[in-house]
Amino acid sequence: MSAEHAQPSGLLGWIDKRFPVVDVWREHLAEYYAPKNLNFWSFFGSLAITVLLLQIITGIWLAMNYKPSATEAFASVEYIMRDVNWGWLIRYLHSTGASAFFIVIYLHMFRGLLWGSYRKPRELLWIIGVVIYLAMMATAFFGYLLPWGQMSYWGAQVIVNLFAAVPDIGPDLSVWVRGDYVISDATLNRFFAFHFLIPFLLVALVFVHIVALHRVGSNNPDGIEIKENKDEQGIPRDGIPFHPYYTVKDLMGVVVFLAIFSLVVFFAPDFGGLFLEGPNFQPADPLKTPAHIAPVWYFTPFYAMLRAVPPIADSQFPGVVVMFGAIAILFFLPWLDRSPVKSMRYKGPISKFFLGAFIVSFVVLAYLGLQPSSDLYTMLARVFTVVYFAFFILMPIYSKLDKTKPVPERVTS
Amino acid sequence: MRNSLFILVLLVAPLAAWASGEGPKLEHSDIDLTDQASLQRGAKYFMNYCQGCHSLQYMRYNRMAKDIGITNAQLMENLLFGDAKAGDLMTNALRPEDGEKWFGTAIPDLTLATRWREPDWVYTYLKSFYVDDSRPYGVNNLVFPDVGMPHALAELQGVQEAVYEHGEGEGAAAEHISELELVSPGTLTPEEYDNMVRDITNFLTYVGEPIKLERRRIGVYVLLFLGLMFYLTYNLKKEYWKDVH
Repeated sequence: MSAEHAQPSGLLGWIDKRFPVVDVWREHLAEYYAPKNLNFWSFFGSLAITVLLLQIITGIWLAMNYKPSATEAFASVEYIMRDVNWGWLIRYLHSTGASAFFIVIYLHMFRGLLWGSYRKPRELLWIIGVVIYLAMMATAFFGYLLPWGQMSYWGAQVIVNLFAAVPDIGPDLSVWVRGDYVISDATLNRFFAFHFLIPFLLVALVFVHIVALHRVGSNNPDGIEIKENKDEQGIPRDGIPFHPYYTVKDLMGVVVFLAIFSLVVFFAPDFGGLFLEGPNFQPADPLKTPAHIAPVWYFTPFYAMLRAVPPIADSQFPGVVVMFGAIAILFFLPWLDRSPVKSMRYKGPISKFFLGAFIVSFVVLAYLGLQPSSDLYTMLARVFTVVYFAFFILMPIYSKLDKTKPVPERVTS
Repeated sequence: MRNSLFILVLLVAPLAAWASGEGPKLEHSDIDLTDQASLQRGAKYFMNYCQGCHSLQYMRYNRMAKDIGITNAQLMENLLFGDAKAGDLMTNALRPEDGEKWFGTAIPDLTLATRWREPDWVYTYLKSFYVDDSRPYGVNNLVFPDVGMPHALAELQGVQEAVYEHGEGEGAAAEHISELELVSPGTLTPEEYDNMVRDITNFLTYVGEPIKLERRRIGVYVLLFLGLMFYLTYNLKKEYWKDVH
């Protein structure tokens, strides 16, 4: 088909002789064939890119007035909120954007679970995605220290202390991370440097993610490979060109997202203390430990798991291992699923039950991680930590045992 | 599509429902940020009774004056003390070391008081001082036990004493304060005092986020614009997708 296209002339022709602009346009947009049955769940990829760009742009503008110094950081944030023209908007866009990024990514990952998008041939695509998620968490963690409020300070203190739980090298490791014996000006400086740097690595990772996606093709709600059914011209019968079909559809998705996003930014930027926590409006005070320290909501499922694991031989290390294990296990998902079908649509009741239990455990753990611990909550956190891991560890068994429905030849609408 | 949006709401709603609910019951402050007369009175009370010790170090005088509807001349005449200039931050002359020496703790800046506490907390706090001879300044506070500061508005409110109630259990642990009783009236009636405290709370809520009213106003236009954009993009999508079967 591409042989039929005429050589472009003029400026475009001049560029195209030196850089494959026309080929890239065709291969990745105008002649990238995406399944025609993509639904609501496929909006979150383009939304994730939207939020990433929003975070980078607002972040650069914040950095123009922010001061990464222990004595000036807190005041510089208030300076942005009050004295910088539109500074309040840039800051609220950025703080709301952080939470929105995680909501979008969690829904994007859920879509992957729902459609079996981690299965062959998309294993590497999924793994790159998990790396992106890790880089995002690192960025969020470094960024949360920057406002230099009480929760910024003590949250970072708690998390960096986790490194101290590593046997033997722990204490030295945590000092190495902080650059000091407590969270201090030195820590703030390096966290700012990393917070500024990693988003650009994220852009590179997202690029790699998309390259991998375009090699294997987009999955769809049916979990069918549209490339296996092509017409005489080699075009998938169930595929439609990404541009203009999905560019206009995603554009609409972005507008809806921005409307919901604006509701928060303009009418509830604190979001009831979830997106901007009350205690973080107090400047960091190394001498005053807050009564209750909780990370921001997007980290709380993992924080709840950390607290749920009882210390062994006075060491918190097992809890740290479980917490990081909860993320690391995502890397193995492509090989844990032994079901003959990809999409949840054609999987049986056991798989659906486990996915449901997994989602419930994630939400409950998120809630528990926000609360002060109590006997009941600790017990609940243990139960749901087990459920979280059971979803993965038992998958090779239940995905094989489970009944499946016949998968149609062509995508359904 | 509609079902999916519903799912999205279900996923997000539990997060929104989360709220902290500890400590003594707070009284509803019933403040109104659009009530400029209340904000002006609140500013006056704050400058007269609070600012000697508590700074508003992230707020500028002239920004405040402009936002709450007072002219620069009025600002100069009534609210600027010492050699403060209109464009200055609302700091005070108190040195942090002195505050620590006198009250046992650094005196907090109150610019963001209503953001790390709720406005209702500030309102209730200012109404909840009671006589407690065990404290250095002879008063304690219901919502902030063992607070370091004296009751700066005692002259206006009068003196409150705690009424104890015997709950379940035995001994002193079962004793708890059921209410506060005004034993000697101040220069204001309880109603006047409530109004004054409400004005201060209103003012501090404004100071906590000066842009609040403006951001809501702008937000409406942003949403209207996005509504129009949705109409356009929705129809654009529909037009393109007509031929997909």
